[in-house]
Amino acid sequence: MALTDGSLVSIKGFLRTLSPVDQVGADARAAMLATRSIKTASKRWAIDMAISMIDLTTLEGADTKGKVKAICNKAIRPDSTDSTVPHVGAICVYNDMVSVARKHLDASGGSQIPVAAVSTAFPSGRASLEVKERDTKDAIANGATEIDMVIDRGAFLSGDLEKVYSEIVYIKSLCEGKAHLKVILETGELVTYDNVRKASFLAMAAGADFIKTSTGKISPAATAPVVLVMLEAVRDYYQMTGQRIGVKPAGGIRTTKDAIKQLVLVKETAGEEWLNPELFRIGASALLNDLLLQRKKLTSGHYEGPNYVTLD
Amino acid sequence: MANSSPRLDVKKTYKLFIGGAFPRSESGRTYEVKNSEGLFIANPSLASRKDLRDSVVAARAAQDGWGSATAFNRGQILYRIAEMMEGRTSQFVDEIVALEGVTQTAAKKQVEDAVDLWVWYSGWCDKIGAIYGSTNAVSGSFYNFTIPESLGVVATFAPTKPSLLGLVQAIAPVLAGGNTLIAIASEKYPLPAITLSEVIGTSDVPRGVVNILTGSSAELAPWVGSHMDIDGVDASGLTASQEKNLRVAGADNLKRIFRFKESQSPARVLAFMENKTVWHPIGV
Repeated sequence: MALTDGSLVSIKGFLRTLSPVDQVGADARAAMLATRSIKTASKRWAIDMAISMIDLTTLEGADTKGKVKAICNKAIRPDSTDSTVPHVGAICVYNDMVSVARKHLDASGGSQIPVAAVSTAFPSGRASLEVKERDTKDAIANGATEIDMVIDRGAFLSGDLEKVYSEIVYIKSLCEGKAHLKVILETGELVTYDNVRKASFLAMAAGADFIKTSTGKISPAATAPVVLVMLEAVRDYYQMTGQRIGVKPAGGIRTTKDAIKQLVLVKETAGEEWLNPELFRIGASALLNDLLLQRKKLTSGHYEGPNYVTLD
Repeated sequence: MANSSPRLDVKKTYKLFIGGAFPRSESGRTYEVKNSEGLFIANPSLASRKDLRDSVVAARAAQDGWGSATAFNRGQILYRIAEMMEGRTSQFVDEIVALEGVTQTAAKKQVEDAVDLWVWYSGWCDKIGAIYGSTNAVSGSFYNFTIPESLGVVATFAPTKPSLLGLVQAIAPVLAGGNTLIAIASEKYPLPAITLSEVIGTSDVPRGVVNILTGSSAELAPWVGSHMDIDGVDASGLTASQEKNLRVAGADNLKRIFRFKESQSPARVLAFMENKTVWHPIGV
């Protein structure tokens, strides 16, 4: 069942049917869920779940092949002293590092870990469709099985929803059968929760497999209320269409506490079906070390220090 | 309106000092402190192991900046603490008299000694390297220097009495050496330590360099010992059995644990410093 035929009139008509977001209510609900106390046994489970959901990310101008290989090693075996730690959800890198990551993972026993590439002129999205097409095809050809595309925020904010929609549809057609498509809304630039909700539905209707909060280059990034609004959107979309879309908060999630708060949001908003790496990912780099430190603390019974995990 | 009713006292809430802020214990716990006559006077926070953990994170984050500040700058800041303390003398005296039951004169002497001790250690900041460092003769065309540098994050257990002077004796040398610290205050007489945290909060000491916890030494000591990110401990205020447990827990992570006899000595600064030796070619 197509929710819209892609014309501006039809998109607008569809988005008008969405209920608006109660901003105060969303803030309060996210803050209330963040106060929940997590007991030790659940914490152990939550830490392992969070590790397996991480899209271990390096998106720096200064990325080298060596650094990408190092994070691949860490993705396969996050804690070199403890083989019971699960591997992470995926590696997320720039286009030109995809083949480096894929080859290194395959050669090091990490063939089960997918490589995600940021695409479509990440992070700004300011390029012609031809460039975005080439960017995406290139990443897929190099072995990326997940594509993280950015939407054109300028077009979205100026009301050119048709352009945003058609770009997602087009990129999705390039990915079909070869790669998962994650659509980055860059919520820090969308200003209101209503816009976040609209952009979420626009992306899902256009064929996104995942909706992702942010590029990580803009602050604020994955705040709890924004993630709540997006989780409500995927829940409502599931009720409308019977199709489950994933959510990926990225940027600003640095501590175990932050990660566990995200898991509570998922459980209480979208439901337990979303508590798996197929439907929920966390885009992060520094977070993994904090999760490992907390996990070590649970195992050893004493507080750990940053000297005992790898440098980022 | 007639001004007939007496003014209500504004009572102070005694809180912890972590990362430059004054939070209550995350556990929400407090304990009762009584004066020398056994009457209730305050409810300070009873710090938990999680407060300790948060303090260590704050101290570790501050260590780079404090350890690499120039020795001259650290000396200025320690002197500034003395200046700020001087202005609070009467508050310290009142607290010491109420808790320890000593005379006004004895309490005043204790505060003055504590202020003077800050001045004394502030002077050591830029002299310790010159006096205890060395240039070493080596067989080759190299200059070879040995310079003491800060150890890292240190925890101190202050003796019960004298409540203020004992605390300053413990923390001033640790700071002079460029370490950041977590001070566990005198359990029975914690109020001067809390007032000292307010002094430190207004003395240009970067946040996180000094963290002060009130509560049970016996409860916190094993967690201090086993914490992998605390490099040294001044155990002078612990009982023999508490110290033994601390040493057992600290053996696994090679923690430097000391109990000092001297109340005022450059040896207390050096205890929490490590020697770095540098080779430098001659004539290049």
